[in-house]
Amino acid sequence: MSDDPTNSGTLVRVDGVDKVFHRGEEAIHILSNLHLAVPAGQFLALMGPSGSGKSTLLNLIGGLDRPTKGTVAIAGERVDALSDRQLAGWRARHIGFVFQLYNLMPVLTAERNVELPLLLTHLSKVERQKHVATALAMVGLSHRAKHYPRTLSGGEQQRVGIARGIVTDPTLLLCDEPTGDLDRKAGDEILNLLQALNHEHGKTIIMVTHDPHAAARATRTVYLNKGQLSHEPVT
Amino acid sequence: MAGPLNWFAQVLAITKFGLMSMPQRRGAVTATVFGIAGVVGVLVGVLSIAAGFRRAMDASGSPDAAIVLRSGADSEMVSGFGREETRLIADAPGVARNRQGPLASAELFVIINLPKRSTGTDANVPLRGVEGAAVEVRDHLKFVEGRMFEWGKNEVAVGVGAAREFAGLEVGSTIKVGRESWPVVGIFSSGGGVAESEVWTDAKVLQAAYNRGDSFQSVYVRLNSPGAFQGFKDALTANPRLTVKVIRQSDYYAEQSTTLTRLITTLGVLIAGLMAIGAVFGALNTMYSAVAARTREIATLRALGFGGGAVVVALMIESLVLALLGGALGAVVAYVAFDNFRAATMNWQSFSQVTFAFAVTPQLLGQGVIWASAIGLVGGLLPAIRAARLPIATALREL
Ligand SMILES: Nc1ncnc2c1ncn2[C@@H]1O[C@H](COP(=O)(O)OP(=O)(O)OP(=O)(O)O)[C@@H](O)[C@H]1O
Ligand SMILES: [Mg+2]
Repeated sequence: MSDDPTNSGTLVRVDGVDKVFHRGEEAIHILSNLHLAVPAGQFLALMGPSGSGKSTLLNLIGGLDRPTKGTVAIAGERVDALSDRQLAGWRARHIGFVFQLYNLMPVLTAERNVELPLLLTHLSKVERQKHVATALAMVGLSHRAKHYPRTLSGGEQQRVGIARGIVTDPTLLLCDEPTGDLDRKAGDEILNLLQALNHEHGKTIIMVTHDPHAAARATRTVYLNKGQLSHEPVT
Repeated sequence: MAGPLNWFAQVLAITKFGLMSMPQRRGAVTATVFGIAGVVGVLVGVLSIAAGFRRAMDASGSPDAAIVLRSGADSEMVSGFGREETRLIADAPGVARNRQGPLASAELFVIINLPKRSTGTDANVPLRGVEGAAVEVRDHLKFVEGRMFEWGKNEVAVGVGAAREFAGLEVGSTIKVGRESWPVVGIFSSGGGVAESEVWTDAKVLQAAYNRGDSFQSVYVRLNSPGAFQGFKDALTANPRLTVKVIRQSDYYAEQSTTLTRLITTLGVLIAGLMAIGAVFGALNTMYSAVAARTREIATLRALGFGGGAVVVALMIESLVLALLGGALGAVVAYVAFDNFRAATMNWQSFSQVTFAFAVTPQLLGQGVIWASAIGLVGGLLPAIRAARLPIATALREL
C-alpha cells in the first residue's frame, strides 16, 4: 500500500524498500517492495506479528541500517545514500530514539543521560543544562534529575529515555515498543506523554507496538505482515 | 557537522563510561594491570643491573686521564712493561705534574681469593700494586675509614665495595698474601668506580711478594687536559723504544662495560618481551570483554549519533589507562626493590669481581612507561576497532 505521494507535508518517505538478511547461505526476505509515507505531525503506530520486521523498518527510517533495495527519504534527504560518518551526524540532528529497554547509561545520572545527545551539538554547558532541565520538566521528572537509572522505576527510566529522545528537538521521534516492558499504568503515562508531545508540540512520532490499546493513542495505525504494510490487521 | 571540540567531548564521554564501569570488571582489570606491572617490573629490574654496571664503569674513567697498555693487549691482564718503559711513559708530553713529579702510576695486579660474605665461597679479588700518584690519576678517590697504606710496608687499603662484599676486609683485620699476613689499614671510595672493588698496596711490595722483579702491567696517567690526550698518544706511539696502546680512561671502562651490559640488556628485553606478549593477550582479553559487556551501551551511543572514531579512540584511551596503571605499579615496585641494590659480578676483562649498585634511572622508568603504553595500545586496538565496526542495528538487539 502507499499514501498519496503528492502530499507536500510528507516527512518520511519509504519507497520500494526490500530488506534481506543473510543467515549463512540462507537469504531471509524481511521487507519486500515496501512503501510508506508519514506526513509531518503524525503519530503513527506500527503493528505486526513478532519477527515481521517492525524494528527493521524503524531502523531503516532512523538511519541505523540500510535497505537492500529502494529509498528512504526523511525531510527530503536520501538517508540510504549517506555515508556511515554522515549518518551519525544526521541521526544526531534529526532523530530521537526511544528504546524498549530504555538503554540508559547506568553510570550516569538522569540529567547526564538526557544531556548525552547534546554533547554532539555546539551548545555551551549552560545552554545544555537549560535544555536538559526543559526536557526533564516535560516528562515530569525534574525532581529525579540527580538520580541514577537503577534507583528509578521502569516508567521513570522510560521517561528519562523520552527526555533524552526529545532534548535535541529532533525532526522525528522513533519509539520501538516504548511500553513493552511496562505495566499498564506506567505504560499509560508514557503514552500520555507521547500523545502530548504529538498534540501540543507537533512532534512526528513513529511507534512500534504489540498493544492495540497503545496503538489506539496514535493518529494512524499501519500493520506489517509478510514484508508489506496494510491499513488492516491481517488475521 | 561535528567540530573537533565536539568530537573531543564524545571521546571524553565514552572514556568516562569505560573507566566508571571498571569496578564491575574488577577481575579482568586487576589481572591486566598486574600482568603489565610484571612486564615493566622485570624489564626495569633487569635493565637496572646493566645501568648500574655501566654507571660504575663510567664513574671509573675520566676523559683527562689515560691508561697505557702494551700494544695488542685488551686488558691489564695480558699487558706488561719494564721499569724503563714506564719511566718513558711518565715523562711523555701532556702528562700533568705536581711537585713530586709526573702524575703517573705504574701498576700491576694479582688475583687473590677471598670469601664472599653472602655465600662464604671464594671469589677472585684484584690486589693492585700502585705508585704514589695512584690517588691523583683517579677521580673522587678518598678515604672513608683509616688511612693509606705506608709505602714499602706490607699493608693494604681496601675499596668500599670489596670491603662490603668480602669477609675479612675490615680495618684492623689481616689478609693472607703468599706466606705473609697483611693488615688492612684503610677503606676508600672512588665515586662508585671500579677501584672500589679492589685491594691496593705498594707496587714495589707486591712485586717482591710475587717475584715480579721490576715489571708492571699498566701505567695510569693524569693529563693536563682532555685535549692533551692526542698529543700524549702520538708521542708514545711515535717513540721507537715503546710499543704501546694508549686509551682514554673513560673509553677503557666504557668498553669493559659494553659486553656485560649488552648481555644483560638483551636478556632483560628478551624476558620482558616474552612476558609482554602474554600481557598483550591479557589486555586484549580485558578489552574484548569490556567491549562485549558494553555492546548495547556503545550501540546506543552510536544510535544517538556518536561517531565510530570517537568509540575507537575512547577504548584505546581506556586500554592505555589500564596499561599505564600497570606500568606505574611495575616501575614503583622495581624502583623500591632494585634501586641501589648492591651486587658484585665477574668482570671478564680483569677476571675479578666488580661491585656495583643497580640503578633504576629515569630513562629506565621512561622505557617502562613506553613498554606499558605499547602493550596497552596493541591490546586495545583490535577490540576498539571491533566495537566501532559493530552494526548498530544488530548490536541494539543484544540484551
Ligand atoms: N541483523 C540481522 N541479521 C539476521 N537476521 C535479522 C537481523 N535483524 C533482524 N533479523 C531477523 O529479521 C526478522 C525481523 O526482525 P525484527 O526485529 O525487525 O522483527 P520485529 O517485528 O521487530 O519483531 P519483535 O516484535 O519480536 O520485536 C527476524 O526474524 C529477525 O530474526
Ligand atoms: Mg522489534
